[in-house]
Amino acid sequence: MAKTISVTLRIWRQDGPNAPGEFVVYQVEDIPDDASFLEMLDILNERLIARNKEPVCFESDCREGICGTCGLMINGQAHGPQKATATCQLHMREFKDNDVIVVEPWRAESFPVIKDLTVDRSAMDEIIKVGGYISVNTGAAPDANLIPIPHQTSSAAFDAAACIGCGACVAACPNSAAQLFCSAKVQHLNLLPQGQAERWERAEAMVEKMEEFFGSCTNHGECEEACPKEISIDFIAWTNRDYVKSKLKRRIGP
Amino acid sequence: MSETELLVKPLRSSKRRLKLPWPLSIYQSAVGKKWVMALTGIALLGFVLVHMIGNLHLYEGPTKTYEYAEALRDLGGDLVPRTWILWGMRLGLMAAFGLHIHSAWSLTRMSRQANIAYMGKRDFVVANYASRTMRWTGPIVGLYVLYHLADLTWGWFNPDFVRGDPYHNVVASLSNLPVALLYIVANVALSVHIYHGAWSMFQSLGINSDRFNPLRRTFAQVFAVVILVGNLSFPIMVQTGVIDDDGRSLLEDSYGYVEGSGSGGDVNMLDDQIAGDAFLSGHGQGEGQFGQGEGQYGQGEGQIS
Repeated sequence: MAKTISVTLRIWRQDGPNAPGEFVVYQVEDIPDDASFLEMLDILNERLIARNKEPVCFESDCREGICGTCGLMINGQAHGPQKATATCQLHMREFKDNDVIVVEPWRAESFPVIKDLTVDRSAMDEIIKVGGYISVNTGAAPDANLIPIPHQTSSAAFDAAACIGCGACVAACPNSAAQLFCSAKVQHLNLLPQGQAERWERAEAMVEKMEEFFGSCTNHGECEEACPKEISIDFIAWTNRDYVKSKLKRRIGP
Repeated sequence: MSETELLVKPLRSSKRRLKLPWPLSIYQSAVGKKWVMALTGIALLGFVLVHMIGNLHLYEGPTKTYEYAEALRDLGGDLVPRTWILWGMRLGLMAAFGLHIHSAWSLTRMSRQANIAYMGKRDFVVANYASRTMRWTGPIVGLYVLYHLADLTWGWFNPDFVRGDPYHNVVASLSNLPVALLYIVANVALSVHIYHGAWSMFQSLGINSDRFNPLRRTFAQVFAVVILVGNLSFPIMVQTGVIDDDGRSLLEDSYGYVEGSGSGGDVNMLDDQIAGDAFLSGHGQGEGQFGQGEGQYGQGEGQIS
């Protein structure tokens, strides 16, 4: 029998986007410490349902840390206290018996709460829509291997591509800036030969779209620390450079 | 269309806004504003460093400090009218200050619009004291600069102010304990501001490479400490009496260092060895000997004429 712990949860409950929310305290006993944070919430919800109460609404999908669907503010840290870990990969063994755990949704003006711990992150989709893709023909899969790419470059692009779009960077940022997400998506493509054709348009369009929804980066570095994929703020610097370079060189045209 | 998609609206639309012509359009974006903030920050860092190094002339005494101040006005030599270069630099600085403050103001507004505070306690991991107080240390330094100008450039707050004698004015001002404390607090704020700013500017400008990245933090730390030590030394040394002029200005007649005016007539002390000796012996030796120095100066004057 696995070790079990009991914790006190202070969970943000909010009926809808415009409803006022509040913290509700739940005492949850006998949680196996091998349970993930989301499994712990599942157990809570089963118990709530058994008592005919409304379960806590939260998002999850793959539960193996690669889809970016889950994401909770746990004790004031995005995705909780463990570094490089999405909420679904955080386990209850990280907490002690009788801990008080405060759980909040991501908070940003452009992440409105839909219900309880679920927020609408479609503002991030808006950024992808204006340039987070390659629209020129890059050939079939074997063609990718015909383009020589230095290892350093491909591995930097791969590091950027690791972004799962969970929104923890925005949630952790005191300015609610989406710089880390946006720059990972820009650099993932801008570093590679296939992305060069649209490099400058991409940098301008995505940065400007981001600025319609989010705050301005002040280089705290909280995003990098919160990121479950450990995406580096180096990408932010490179995107700043691409953006201003593009502005300086493209004097004619749109 | 699902309901949820209607939830998110842009906080600001780039389409409705008036598009300024190139290159002003760069400043319309937040990334562009950060870029301008970093460039003006570099200019201001340069100013702060040169200002601090220039102030070290205080340790060489009133004459050297005076000559340094005069040299600043004489920059450019005979090529340009006197003080033009200095004024050019002052205008550049004012522009840098203006843009630095405006970009900070409008980016802060932008972030305030985008941010919703958490109801629970936030647990910051890497955001440090310096980075989180930029919006406080900035205005503190800004207000201090205004006070500093009023105090030592315009002389509004200082009854002993003598226009054109920086050494005397610094001593007269900083020998006042509350003023010295104000300078100390403001310069600590300045160094804290520099600690984050001098690192952050590299990110804003996109200066980022594996080779130099570790040096960026070191650069900011060394810069902040150098400025802190240099600038704090002045109020402390005035308070402890290391920098002192016994309340006399070298531009007063009685001091024996009169340039082209007063009782000295046409005598220019800078060209005059005897007067120079009189000045040195007079300085820091109290009233009685100073009187002698004045006497010697009188003799020297006689010999010259």
